[in-house]
Order: sequence, then structure tokens, then C-alpha cells
Amino acid sequence: MKERTIPQKKFGLIFIVIGAVLLAAGGTIFLMGFVDPVPAFVKTISKKVFDLPVLAALIGACVLGFGLNRYCNKKFSGGSVDFSRRSITAYLTNNAIILALLALVVVICFIEPRFMQIRVVLDILTQSSTRLIIALGICFTLLIAGTDLSAGRMVGLAAVISTSMLQNLDYGNRFFPDMPLVPIILPILLAIGACMLFGCLNGFLVAKYDMHPFIATLAVQVIIYGACSLYFDLPPNKSQPIGGVRSDFAWLGQYKFFVIENEAGKVVFPGFSILIPIALVVTAVIWFILNKTVFGKNVYAIGGNREAAVVSGVNVFKTIMGIFILASLLYGFAGVLEAARTAGATNQYGNGYELDAIAACVVGGVSLNGGVGKVSGIISGVLIFTVIQYGLQFINVSPMWQQVIKGIIIAVAVAIDLSKYRKK
Amino acid sequence: MGEYLLEMNHITKVFPGVKALDDVTLKVRPGTVHALMGENGAGKSTLMKCLFGIYHEDGGEIILDGKREVINSSKQALDLGVSMIHQELHPIRYRPVMENIWLGRFPMKGIAVDKKAMIQKTKDLFREVGLDVDPEVLAGELSASTLQLVEIARSVSYNSKIIIMDEPTSSLTDNETEHLFKIINKLRSEGRSIIYISHKMEEILRIADEVTIMRDGQYVGTWPASELTTDLIINRMVGRDMTNRFPPKTYTPSDEVVLKVENLCSPLAKSFQQVSFELHRGEILGIGGLVGAQRTELVEALFGLREIQSGSVTKDGERFAVKSVRDAKKHGFALLTEERRATGVFGILSVLDNTVIASQKNYATKGVLHQKQRAEAAQESCRKLNVKTPSLEALMQNLSGGNQQKVLIARWLLTQPDILILDEPTRGIDVGAKYEIYTIMHDLIAQGKSIIMISSEMPELLGMADRVMVMCEGRVSGFLDRDRFDQVEVMRLATQFAS
Repeated sequence: MKERTIPQKKFGLIFIVIGAVLLAAGGTIFLMGFVDPVPAFVKTISKKVFDLPVLAALIGACVLGFGLNRYCNKKFSGGSVDFSRRSITAYLTNNAIILALLALVVVICFIEPRFMQIRVVLDILTQSSTRLIIALGICFTLLIAGTDLSAGRMVGLAAVISTSMLQNLDYGNRFFPDMPLVPIILPILLAIGACMLFGCLNGFLVAKYDMHPFIATLAVQVIIYGACSLYFDLPPNKSQPIGGVRSDFAWLGQYKFFVIENEAGKVVFPGFSILIPIALVVTAVIWFILNKTVFGKNVYAIGGNREAAVVSGVNVFKTIMGIFILASLLYGFAGVLEAARTAGATNQYGNGYELDAIAACVVGGVSLNGGVGKVSGIISGVLIFTVIQYGLQFINVSPMWQQVIKGIIIAVAVAIDLSKYRKK
Repeated sequence: MGEYLLEMNHITKVFPGVKALDDVTLKVRPGTVHALMGENGAGKSTLMKCLFGIYHEDGGEIILDGKREVINSSKQALDLGVSMIHQELHPIRYRPVMENIWLGRFPMKGIAVDKKAMIQKTKDLFREVGLDVDPEVLAGELSASTLQLVEIARSVSYNSKIIIMDEPTSSLTDNETEHLFKIINKLRSEGRSIIYISHKMEEILRIADEVTIMRDGQYVGTWPASELTTDLIINRMVGRDMTNRFPPKTYTPSDEVVLKVENLCSPLAKSFQQVSFELHRGEILGIGGLVGAQRTELVEALFGLREIQSGSVTKDGERFAVKSVRDAKKHGFALLTEERRATGVFGILSVLDNTVIASQKNYATKGVLHQKQRAEAAQESCRKLNVKTPSLEALMQNLSGGNQQKVLIARWLLTQPDILILDEPTRGIDVGAKYEIYTIMHDLIAQGKSIIMISSEMPELLGMADRVMVMCEGRVSGFLDRDRFDQVEVMRLATQFAS
């Protein structure tokens, strides 16, 4: 292939044009849906490809934004983009996992056009929300070349504690039969606090005794599961699933806003789950902590070269404690949300979540060797896993095959990611 | 076989920015002990690593037994009859001694390892070298000196014609050294040759037949040991002219004592003991000594990285206990460590992050960073030190060694220290960057800061320091003022307690 060089401005312009066309076309078709009577071709389109016009418009807007950024941003001005065999191969390897995901989505759309619905996109975002919070917690422990196996069990602990104190007064099978109605925040704080206590223990074992996080958190994980099961087995509950959750608590995980119904009571727009903005806020906070605070910089430093961090006077003990406590706070919070979403809990809740979260982080470019990882990568890692899971379910791939595919994706993604570094 | 068993002719080896070996020649006769001598960094180990296939020479030829050989791996070297005892031992601690010895060439019985044969072979080998060790004991349970002897036995087991011994007696007692000499004499009488690297003059004069001396990566000459004396060797090791490698000095230190260290002792018996010295404002105090003199351990203890058992540290008249790096920083200490890569550089982080890591808190309120202040401080500090980097966002690992070192100095200057401890500040960086670092050091003392500099490079030590403290085996063996600077004297002090 011959090499070509395109100036940055022209490169941006191409994206602006493509984005504008998509946005205009998609938007027009979408808006025509509101014209009365609806034109025949619009009806056919919505029958054949469902919400594709809206989605195309959204994608168009993103592409347009990217193009505008390239076109206007001073950082890129004057530069140019090379098209050569090398730069394209580099681009493909750098973004292999995203591209594979796009290919998968296209395939699923062909097999099952109903996949192209806004409802599906919103479902995927909702399902990603709690996973993202857990992944953001675990990423701190991965950034210092550690890990946290206790994440899933902490989710379960928080779910059990919070639901056990937030049952309806008239529910027949109350965990604490005589407990009055308490302010909703109290059990939530208790649940998260319990997790943070165990987070302290994790941090203490790792920071004080220099224990490898793998084994320290493994031990704590077992302790948490035991403790949670003991609590769950308290009379009169005796290990029965906790139900009858108060509606104000369930609201926290189930509420949807911007739901639009037409006159016939049919849902036109399914609404955004409240979990989506919650996850966004958490993501923003974590991004801030990682990039704009001394603590965040110290996390990267310890992960990058622990000895050098010690010599530089970084308080390694405090930082590691902070990492595990912050992580446990996020797990606890995710556990509360999960309990609210499903309006119930058992001691089995959250089992194995830590492995999903670690896999999502690693696929999103967080290095297990520490020091490397970005919030944006973690978001895409989590989304990739949710899309795959949701998509495969959507086209009726058996759960067993889903497992096989998931495993292959982890292996391939990490292999590609590592080959990137090996060349250096 | 010709006159020589081994000829290494015109060997040249270049590392990025450093010419480690420059036209070096080494000729070893069969059945002799050939001593290889030189200061730290003279290139002895590099030369031996070329022979043993760890490095590949960039120029020159190696002739073994009259045949020209290109040695690409240690395995090939062993097959050609060259074995090596390394200066630092890396035994597999949790495996038996015998497995350490026969690793890679276990006696086999079909597809299984023949344990019985291995035990027998090990016993035979130990008998041959007069070593009384159970072949099945774990390597980690042996003392450093026994391990050293095991290592020597292992090199014998290869039936090599040439055995390289790099500081074999560094962890041996006098008795064990005698034992080693017996083994060496036996090997010599069998017609094998030994290349013997050591700093200990007396040993060399006792055991060696011929001595080759190297200096700054160059060949000085080869003499029969009988014609040499300790003084002659030292003179030839250090005998070089001091050219204009150092910027002129314009500042003289004041009499004010900034730091007073008294009777500092490490809890480890083999580490620094009873170290006392004073540091004046605006002074560069050089610490000289051989590898293993515990200089690094001493300064790391002063910086809170190692434990101090007894003794006192007084700064500006105030006595204080150094318990952690943060203590030391608070009292105005800064340490540029010896191992830049291991304990200094964050390779995968940006130059900006690397520059401000030690002073991060100055650019933050309640833990939240002021990005602009932080970037400006880094920019300013890097500009002052003339750091060459494409941008502050560039990854540290992409910078040259000299620039990395300047970033690390910039890092410490941002902590506003009074006392800078520089441990081998110019190791592994090119001549130009060295000169820049020397200039920076002069600027700093002109600003009233004080510097403690460890250096194993004699010219650097004498060229830069106002006063030199020489250490030997953990103790201070003497001080030299600038008007008494003499390479031979430093070398004598550095080997004072050595047997």
C-alpha cells in the first residue's frame, strides 16, 4: 500500500462531514416519525431497522464532535495523519478489542435487527453501571500491581446488610421483626461502613506485612463470606432470601426518569435508569482522584516503581491503606445499588464479581504489572463485557457458549495488548 | 597449543554513551594464574563478560587454544572450556546444593533424573576440592562463604581449561581463602588457567603468576607478578593525567558545620560501623572506597531508608532521629540514589510526574493538585537543569540516562534541600552530561547548599570534592583535604583493612 499523508485539518473535516451526514439523515428520519400522518417509508424503516436512525444520529453526533475537536483544537493543528501499512497496523492493534466489538455488534444486528433499539442501548448502560463502580474500585488495587479478590463478597455483604434493615413494616418475614422504620441513609452507611472495615483489614495486611494482595484479599474474602453467612443465618431469618424491600430503597436502583408514554399508555421512550447518572458521578469522582490529587499520583507512582516511590518520600503505607479502603467503599456502594435494583439479597450475592471486574479492567488496558490504566479504558472494558453478554443472550447463544466466548475474549485482548509493549 | 591458551586481542565494547572497553588485550598462558586488576569501572568485569558470552564485543578477536571463536552465550563458553565464578552469587535457595551445581546437565536415567548418580557425582566433586557439605542440603541454608566455595566447586566440575574468578574471596574468611588457594594450586598443576580478579593486593602477589592492569576501559600492560609491588600496582591502576574534565571551582566552603554525624552504627555487623564526620556549608564531601565499602548503606541510613542502631545525627545544631524518608526530607535532606533505574525513575510515568513526585504536596491544597502550579514548577526546574525532553508529557523511559539523571536532580531541588546526597551521580551517563551535572553541583554549593557525593570514579572524586572521606569495609579509614589529594593515598585507605 502506498503511503499517504493527510493534514490534520482535512482529517478533521472528513469526520465532520461524515458525522454531519449521519446526524442529518438519522435526525430527519427520526423527526419525520412525528409528522402526522407518518410517511410510509419511515414506517418501513422503523419496522425493518427499528431505532437505527436515532442511533445513527447519535453516532453521527459523536463523529462530528471528534472531527470538530481535530479541526479546531490547537494541540493537533499543523500536524498531519499518516496512512501507511505501519500506522494502520498500529491503529488496528491498538484498538483491536473495540473494533472486534463493533464487528460483533454489526453481526448481531444482522442476525437480530431488534438489537437496534434505544431500549437495548439503555439496558446495556444500566447493566454496566454497578459493574463499572466495582471495576473502578478494583482498578486502584490493580494499579499498584495488586489485586482484590474480596470485591465480590463485599458486594454481597453490603447487599445483605442494607436489605436486612430496609424491609417493609408489614412484610411477613422480616430480618429484624421489631425494627422500626429507620432513615434510609442509616442502613446504607452501615453496609458501606462494614465493607470499609474489611477494606482496612485488606490494606493493613498488604501495607503492614507486605503481604501479596492476592493472598491477603483471598483470606479476607473467605472471612467476609463466613461473616456474611453468619449474619444471614441469624434467627429468625435462618438463611432465607431477604425480600419485602421498602419501595424508597428499591427506588434507588429501579427509578427511571424521562419515561415517555403515548396517549394509549404505550411506552415510547423507556427512560434512563437512575443507575446511569449515579455511575457517571462515581466515574467523574474517580477520574478526579486518579488524575488531580496527590493520592492518585502516588497510586501511579507506587505502581510504576515502588522503590522509587519510597525513596521519593511517598507515604506508601497510607496510600495502600487508602487504596483498599476507597475500593471497599465503592464495592459497598455497588452492593447497595445492586440490592436496591433487585429488591432483595442473599449471601451468595456478588459471588465472582471481582473476576469480571478484573477482566474488564485488563481488557480496558489496565496493566497487571501496575502503573498503567485509565478511567476511559475501564469504561470501555466494562461496556465491552456487558455488550457481549447482552448481545449473545439477545441472539440466543447458550450460556455455556457465552462463557467460552468471554474467556477467549479475555485471552485474546490481553495477548494483543501485551504484544504492543513487547515491540519496544 | 601455542604459547597462550587464551588471547583476547583489541577487544572493544561500547555501551550507549560509554566506551567500556577500548582496545584491550589479555593473553593467558596455560597452567598459570593470571590476575586482572583495575579500579571500579576499569572494565574488568565487562571484559570477562565478553569472554563468557554474556556481552558480545563490538570489535577485536578471541582466540582459544589457537582457534578463533565467536562466543555468543554462556553455554557456548562452557562448552569451549571457559567457566566463571560470578562476583554476586544467585543460588536457587530452595533447591539442594547438588541441583544448583548440575543445573542444566543433570545425570539422567531414561527420562528421569538420576538422583543417586547426582549425589555420588557431587560427593566426588566435593572430595576433589576438599569441601565437606551434604549434597542434599538446601543452598539457602549455607553461609555466604560456603556458597562461594560451592560455586568454585561448580566451576571446577565443568572441567574447564579456563576458570574466571571474579572477587572469589570477597566473602571468605582467611582460612577459607587459604583453602581456595590450595584448590587453585591444584588446578594450576593440572594445566588449567585461572583468571583472577581481586582488589586485594597481597592475594594477587601471593597467588598470581602474571598481572594485567586495566584503567578506564584501556589496557595498561601485563607484568610477571614477581616484578610487582603493591605500590607499583596502585600507581599503574590510577596513573592517569587529570585533564580538564571538571568545571573550574569558584566557591570555597565556609567553616559552618551543617551536619554532624557521630558514631553511626548499623544493626548489621557487616554494614557501616562507627562512622563520624562533619559536613560544612557549601562543601562537597566526597566519599571514596571500593565496592562493598558500605558507602551506599551509610547514606541510605542517613536518608531514613535503613535502620540505624546507635549514633547521632545533628543538623544545624539540632539533633534528630531519622526514622523515615519523610523525616529526612523535612530536615532538608535529598538523596539521588545509586541505582537510577531501580530506585529513581518511574519509567512509565511522564517527565512531569517524575519531576514533582517528591514535592507534590507543595502544589496541592487538601490533596487536590493545582495542575498549573505543578506544571510550572516542573517546567522551571527542568529548564534550569537543561533537561532535554520533547515535552513534559513524554514518558521518562524514553529519555537518555543523562537526562533522566537531570530530571531526578530537578526532582530533589524542588524539595528545597540544604544537603544533597548524590550516590554515583554520573554513573552510566555520557561525558557531556557529566560535565553539566558537575556544573549544577557547583551552582548548588554557590547557593549555600552542601553536597555529599559518593563516587567510585577516582578522577571525579578528586576533581569535584573539597574533602574526601574514604571508607573501607564499613568503617571510615581516613579523611583527605584538597591539598593532600592523591589517588594512591585514596586507594591505600580504601584497601586498608583488606587482607
